[in-house]
Amino acid sequence: MATQHSRSAARIMMAPAVILLLGWMLVPLTMTLYFSFKKYLPLRGGDLGWIGFDNYVRFVSSSAFWPSVQTTLVIVLGVLLITVVLGVLLALLLDQPMWGQGVVRILVIAPFFVMPTVSALVWKNMFMDPVNGLLAHLWKFFGAQPIEWLSNAPLISIILIVAWQWLPFATLILLTAIQSLDSEQLEAAEMDGAPPLSRFGYIILPHLARAITIVVLIQTIFLLAVFAEIFVTTQGSFGTRTLTYLIFQRVLESQNVGLGSAGGVYAIILANIVAIFLMRIVGKNLDA
Amino acid sequence: MARKVTTRRKTINTVFAWMIGLLIFFPILWTILTSFKTEAQAISDPPVFFFFDWTLENYAVVQERSDYMRFLWNSVILAGGSTVLGLIIAVPAAWSMAFVPSKRTKDILMWMLSTKMLPAVGVLYPIYLLFIKLGLLDTRIGLTIVLMLINLPIIVWMLYTYFKEIPGEILEAARMDGASLKEEILYILTPMAVPGIASTLLLNFILAWNEAFWTLNLTAAKAAPLTAFIASYSSPEGLFYAKLSAASTMAIAPILILGWFSQKQLVRGLTFGAVK
Repeated sequence: MATQHSRSAARIMMAPAVILLLGWMLVPLTMTLYFSFKKYLPLRGGDLGWIGFDNYVRFVSSSAFWPSVQTTLVIVLGVLLITVVLGVLLALLLDQPMWGQGVVRILVIAPFFVMPTVSALVWKNMFMDPVNGLLAHLWKFFGAQPIEWLSNAPLISIILIVAWQWLPFATLILLTAIQSLDSEQLEAAEMDGAPPLSRFGYIILPHLARAITIVVLIQTIFLLAVFAEIFVTTQGSFGTRTLTYLIFQRVLESQNVGLGSAGGVYAIILANIVAIFLMRIVGKNLDA
Repeated sequence: MARKVTTRRKTINTVFAWMIGLLIFFPILWTILTSFKTEAQAISDPPVFFFFDWTLENYAVVQERSDYMRFLWNSVILAGGSTVLGLIIAVPAAWSMAFVPSKRTKDILMWMLSTKMLPAVGVLYPIYLLFIKLGLLDTRIGLTIVLMLINLPIIVWMLYTYFKEIPGEILEAARMDGASLKEEILYILTPMAVPGIASTLLLNFILAWNEAFWTLNLTAAKAAPLTAFIASYSSPEGLFYAKLSAASTMAIAPILILGWFSQKQLVRGLTFGAVK
């Protein structure tokens, strides 16, 4: 029952947020588009004029492009798969009656609070180092040859580090969702003789669908932008150069702004494809 | 009707859950333990767990060598400033969207979320250039604004889902009982909104504290927070695990403690509205 008056008040209250975000989106975006059509090398001659779609063609035809797209997708999907599957299992476990549940939950959540540069450095040096790392000690203990994680299994290493950081987030949200499940429904199913697997498949999992959607959405936003974990560990070598990292190198390391900006436009398009897909699901949830 | 649980089953659950919990927590525990070792013990083979000569030397060295307090202070200012600024802008917006929804409310919410999906790297150079032109590079104020803007969609979104939970009927009832608008806001809405605002504040403080794209790319020496402080340890020089651990422990300790204390609210904050 909003009146005309409250409507205009609402508009004013919304204005700062909308205007700021609009500016934050449009100004840099316009500049990126502008640079992407220029030959622009700040350290080697500066603005060298318009060159049409040259940067776009060069960025895609460079040998680094497709591998970087592939790397990005492997990391995002790998982490999502691990965190959602383990998150569901962990949430189911933590939902069971036990002693010290609160403490266990604290232990599980902790990695979420660790800043990315710290977790990357700790994993890189203290766990994955082929000589002094703890995993190397473990391998040697079992008589195996230690793995050179970051050079021989670089993608798995990075997925492992990032998944460790995001598993708590998934677990936490899924646990809360499970706890909101009507336990009488489960008991009724149990009394009717439904085995655990079908109780999980027909009651728990459908109930979790919404939570899983949220987890996937929020994580994807952050995972597409993974940066520090690569910056600190491999610096993009050994096939760990994601699209984000490739553009970062073009823009800040080789100072080829035109080319990097064209790459930026591609990254934005890629992110939007994912976004449209995900937003539709969230939009549906907003209605419900 | 609570379900009966046998002690045996509870014991199995407990053992299993504790094992997994400790496994997940182990990297943090190991880092903390290593920070109290000497460099030689830190890389000893086989590794030592508890029985070593505990020392605080690493902490002293790290503080002395890299001026930890300055980075810590920068982190506090950046994370705190951007969160408070974000809330000031987001609370009215989320409020009006939740209580005076229009046909476009959903579209605006969706659009805000979409700005969050804009990859930072896509606008890295423009922001970098603007920062140079405006003299904001390596300043706290510049970075505070950027951190506020990147988290603003999440703040609005979270607050919206919280405010949405406040039943409109209560407001109507209060109005019927003759409450003025001021009383309505002060005694009815605010108490119900505070938990949501607190959770939002906390989560965004954590996100801003741990942000490591803009803080690494837009700072050099003066405004660098703890993320950059740690990244400066990424080139190893000889024996350094113990010092790395001490630096890491100091960088994560404040947020770890904060996170643990407000665990319950965090759960609500991450899920309220979005997960029922």
